[in-house]
Amino acid sequence: MTTAALDLHAHDAGAHHTSMPVPSRKLAMWVFIASECMFFATLISTFVIYRDSHAKGPGPKDVFGVPLVTAGTAVLLFSSFFVVMALNGAQQGDRKKLLRWLSLTVLCGVFFVGMQVYEFTHFVTEKHLGYTTNLFASSFYTLTGFHGTHVAVGTLWLATLLKDAWKGRIPPAKALNLEIAALYWHFVDVVWIIIFPVVYLMSLGR
Amino acid sequence: MATSALEYGHATAAKRSVLVEWLTTVDHKKIGIMYGASAFIFFLIGGLEALVIRTQLMRPDNHLVTPDFYNQLFTMHGTTMIFLAVMPISAMFFNFFVPLLIGARDVAFPRLNAMSLWIFILGGLFLNFSFLLGAAPNGGWFGYAPLSSRMYAPGHNMDFWVIGLQILGVASLAAGVNFFTTILNMRARGMTLMRMPIFVWAVLVTQVLVLLSFPVITVALIYLMLDRTFGTSFFNLTANGDPMLWQHLFWVFGHPEVYILILPAFGIVSEILPVFARKPLFGYSAMVFSMAFIAFLGFGVWSHHMFATGMGPLADSFFSLATMLIAIPTGVKIFNWIGTLWGGSLQFKTPLYFALGFIAMFIMGGLSGVIHAVAPADLQQTDSYFVVAHFHYVLFGGSIFSLTAGAYYWWPKMFGKLLDEGLGKAHFWVMLAGFNLTFFPMHFVGLLGMPRRIYSYPAGLGFDTLNLLSTVGAFLLGSSFLIFSYNIIKTWRSGAQAPADPWNGATLEWSIPSPPQEWNFAVEPIVTEKDPLWGLKRAAGVKVLPEPPRVSGEGIHLPAPSWWPLIVSVGFLTFLVGIMVKHASAFPFGPISIAGFAITLYGIYKWAYEPVDGHAPTT
Amino acid sequence: MPLLAVVLAGLAACTGPFPQSTLSPKGDFAQTVDHVFMLTVYLAVGVFILVEGVLLWTIFKFRGKPGDAEPKQIHGSTVVEVIWTIIPAVVLAIVAVPTVQAIFKTAEVPTVSADGKAPLKIEVIGHQWWWEFRYPELGITTANEIHVPLNRTIDLRMKSIDVIHSFWIPQFAGKRDVFPNRETRIWFTPNTTGAFPGACAEFCGEEHGRMDFYLMVDSPDDFASWTTRRQADSTLDNFGFAKPAVVAVPVVPAIPAKAPAAALVADTVAIDPKVAEGQKLVMAKGCIGCHSFNAMHPTKGVIGPNLSGIGTRKMIAGGWLEGSDENLKRWLQHTQEVKPGVGMKIGPVTDAEAAAIIAYLRTKR
Repeated sequence: MTTAALDLHAHDAGAHHTSMPVPSRKLAMWVFIASECMFFATLISTFVIYRDSHAKGPGPKDVFGVPLVTAGTAVLLFSSFFVVMALNGAQQGDRKKLLRWLSLTVLCGVFFVGMQVYEFTHFVTEKHLGYTTNLFASSFYTLTGFHGTHVAVGTLWLATLLKDAWKGRIPPAKALNLEIAALYWHFVDVVWIIIFPVVYLMSLGR
Repeated sequence: MATSALEYGHATAAKRSVLVEWLTTVDHKKIGIMYGASAFIFFLIGGLEALVIRTQLMRPDNHLVTPDFYNQLFTMHGTTMIFLAVMPISAMFFNFFVPLLIGARDVAFPRLNAMSLWIFILGGLFLNFSFLLGAAPNGGWFGYAPLSSRMYAPGHNMDFWVIGLQILGVASLAAGVNFFTTILNMRARGMTLMRMPIFVWAVLVTQVLVLLSFPVITVALIYLMLDRTFGTSFFNLTANGDPMLWQHLFWVFGHPEVYILILPAFGIVSEILPVFARKPLFGYSAMVFSMAFIAFLGFGVWSHHMFATGMGPLADSFFSLATMLIAIPTGVKIFNWIGTLWGGSLQFKTPLYFALGFIAMFIMGGLSGVIHAVAPADLQQTDSYFVVAHFHYVLFGGSIFSLTAGAYYWWPKMFGKLLDEGLGKAHFWVMLAGFNLTFFPMHFVGLLGMPRRIYSYPAGLGFDTLNLLSTVGAFLLGSSFLIFSYNIIKTWRSGAQAPADPWNGATLEWSIPSPPQEWNFAVEPIVTEKDPLWGLKRAAGVKVLPEPPRVSGEGIHLPAPSWWPLIVSVGFLTFLVGIMVKHASAFPFGPISIAGFAITLYGIYKWAYEPVDGHAPTT
Repeated sequence: MPLLAVVLAGLAACTGPFPQSTLSPKGDFAQTVDHVFMLTVYLAVGVFILVEGVLLWTIFKFRGKPGDAEPKQIHGSTVVEVIWTIIPAVVLAIVAVPTVQAIFKTAEVPTVSADGKAPLKIEVIGHQWWWEFRYPELGITTANEIHVPLNRTIDLRMKSIDVIHSFWIPQFAGKRDVFPNRETRIWFTPNTTGAFPGACAEFCGEEHGRMDFYLMVDSPDDFASWTTRRQADSTLDNFGFAKPAVVAVPVVPAIPAKAPAAALVADTVAIDPKVAEGQKLVMAKGCIGCHSFNAMHPTKGVIGPNLSGIGTRKMIAGGWLEGSDENLKRWLQHTQEVKPGVGMKIGPVTDAEAAAIIAYLRTKR
């Protein structure tokens, strides 16, 4: 063996080398998302188990209205596209493009959260489906409520980035800040893509 | 003990008081020490609980404690030992040594690391605070619904448990993200995955288990909290809630949790054996793959905790066979450890004693585990003292023996002092004798029909003598930790200064001064093979490398200390405590929760905008 | 079995007998379990001795000596690693086959008993912290003491009215959890007469430690006699009074105060003034709000354990205390000390009152 196994005298190559070809923060977001998958998988499974438990009070067919939720779904889907455009703007250093698409994304988030607040209020006041009315209600509100909270957190996050972008603090070198938020946003979107058919469409089709 | 580390702290941050230094630190080594110190205190508390339990069971129909207090004791003993002792003592080693073993200057997210620590400490204090109110959790560490529901568990006892475990879960998840990223991304140049020290592999696999299993228990705990506090019926029978749902969710987490407790122990022993046998780990790749296989199977065997629920013969057969499969990779590990010893030149220092004790005891726990895998036999053994014997052979004979081995092995690196060898060996022999005297008879008292979790037993069932033996053993076992504590104090005051490499180590942490300087490696190392330090010594033709000098850290950028991790942790605790103390009101969250939530949100916001690279050490 | 027995004898020679032992099966279910268990134990003990032996020998043989040269640096050997992966797999296969056989064998309740009759159905109902047993085919309800005939397969269908419990009579069958909203089943065929303790094995709250019971395996004649006595309870109303319609009062000998319970019969109520006093007290103290003395379809007094035949029960207080006069008195006067948290709340009871109540209870045989 001619070369030393361990070179203690190598020069410090400086800035933040990573062993994998991915920035640590981005890797961490992927790891977090993997963990979140188990979180939502548990919530969705519970809903599937309990969706027929509505001996008392209304059931899925009595409350779910597809048009509004479809609109919300579409908005969320579009927002994933918008945030990609915004990221593209950030990476190109195109501030106008970044601001335009990012504000649209934030608007979509606000619309979705608003849609959910309206939907919950409507269910509670018009359809008399309280949080504790039956197990269908509890598991529905808990699942969609946690998803909604994720959307709200994402919207807040994107809004702070919008503020940064407005002040010119997201140059191409810092586009990663937005990329990570976008990754999270896509995940939240994908979860909804599962919730929408499983919770709304399949419950109605039964 | 921490003298040198403290002095060093003064030197680097002269303007900060020691307290502020430690409260705001993001240094993985200080965080590791705080994990270890707090976990050791919790471990002693859990041990005291065990001694009261054993005293109560010393003779039939004993009346030392009330039944309810007994239930609090065993609930808190289990919860403490799992979440506040074994996991965080492992976390101490993750924190202190993963960066050193992979040649990094810190973890990937130092502030997130500090947050994990503070959330863990606050969660542990919160859980134990319940004793002061006389309302410690009393529904078992497994919290089976509906016994844990508001109807059968009024009072705040189980609120402490539900909230406390959620708090601790967040700490584990944050640490999971952090260490997974650190290990994948912060390795020294040339350290490919298959050159990583085996302990780092164990940590990596453990974090996968944490990341995929803790969300499940988190959701289950949220449901239980909602049931208890907001009046939902997830586990409420009168509203068709299903108590089996709790059991499934709990054990989907609970079985991987067993491997979360034992895999780091595997890793530590796999580091120690080669060093003290003076030859490399036998079958490194098999060791790596067997851990991965154990973790994978660990997600498919949860229902072997539920054979007595009557799941039907097909499910019983599936889970029986899947559980038996785990014996294969576990056997491979044991044989490879013996293979590592085989042909070696065993250096009988204290760490090796404990590592060998680990193997000997873990074989026992593993074999009784196979007996449990036989579903019909398990119908007799589950919830009897046989099971108590089994998992103490795994978790004490396994985890604690290995963690103790790790403590003796790495103590000189952490604190720059060598623990006393004579006291260490005395500790080992008393612990081995006390452990076996405590838990070996439990196999028999279990087979003789003694159920678990009973606060007393009548005379005439043949339980008396065996229980007395266990109690005597428990006090012997407890006293072994007095020896350990004395060793720590003695070493702190007058222990021998440790060289950088007291054991002829194979891994990177032994190439730097003891204790390490704040930046760990003055120069980032480059690795070209497994056991890099042995390679270096061999190439240089020396047995011991020259003592590395303590150098100036000029020009090295380290993450700046921060208050935000502590503030966010306090905010998070306040938020959850607010849910617990909320009284019936139309609005689901009380002012305390809202304040806690606001603090958390504000803390995260400030954290995100805090400059990170402001701290250049000057020594 | 012999191996374990030897170890047990050595370890606990002075503490036997072991009435709750899993190692002395007295029925088909427990025997099936015991066979596969013992097979596994023998293999496990063999592996244990072998592996620990090799470990100890390795430790001894390769102990380092001062001045040892660096040992040969071996990184592994595919051949031996494959071998010691395969050997455990083979050993496990030896265990796996009888395991699956035993799982399927114990899962099915036999349709015909060893005595040629259909299995006897018993409903088990778990309460915090006592056991209720109902014989739907015989109309009998009782508590904390099951009587079964020898060589008859017992088909237990179990439910809980509150939290999860687990039903366990180690000498006859493994545990089966008892759920609030799901029926579970277990079965066994007893092959030995006698009294055998059982226990709740799932943590169920404050008094989980004192939720025991007894299984009485009776000869067919004794079982028939017990059944007749329980069914005769239908001549009592829910409160234990003889129903007006019943006029035939058998002549019985006078009862000494401490007479063995077997010398008593139900209708001595009319004879002994102390017993009559006890009966009044049972009314006055509100016992009958929760307890019934009628085993046959009681409609009232169903909150607490059914007291039919309480005068001859081996144990009281949830299978926890011997059913002696002294213990009954202690139970009546210090319920919450004997079993803190138990549902039974009774006001102060004087010594005289206790004696009268006990005299009355002794007539329930």
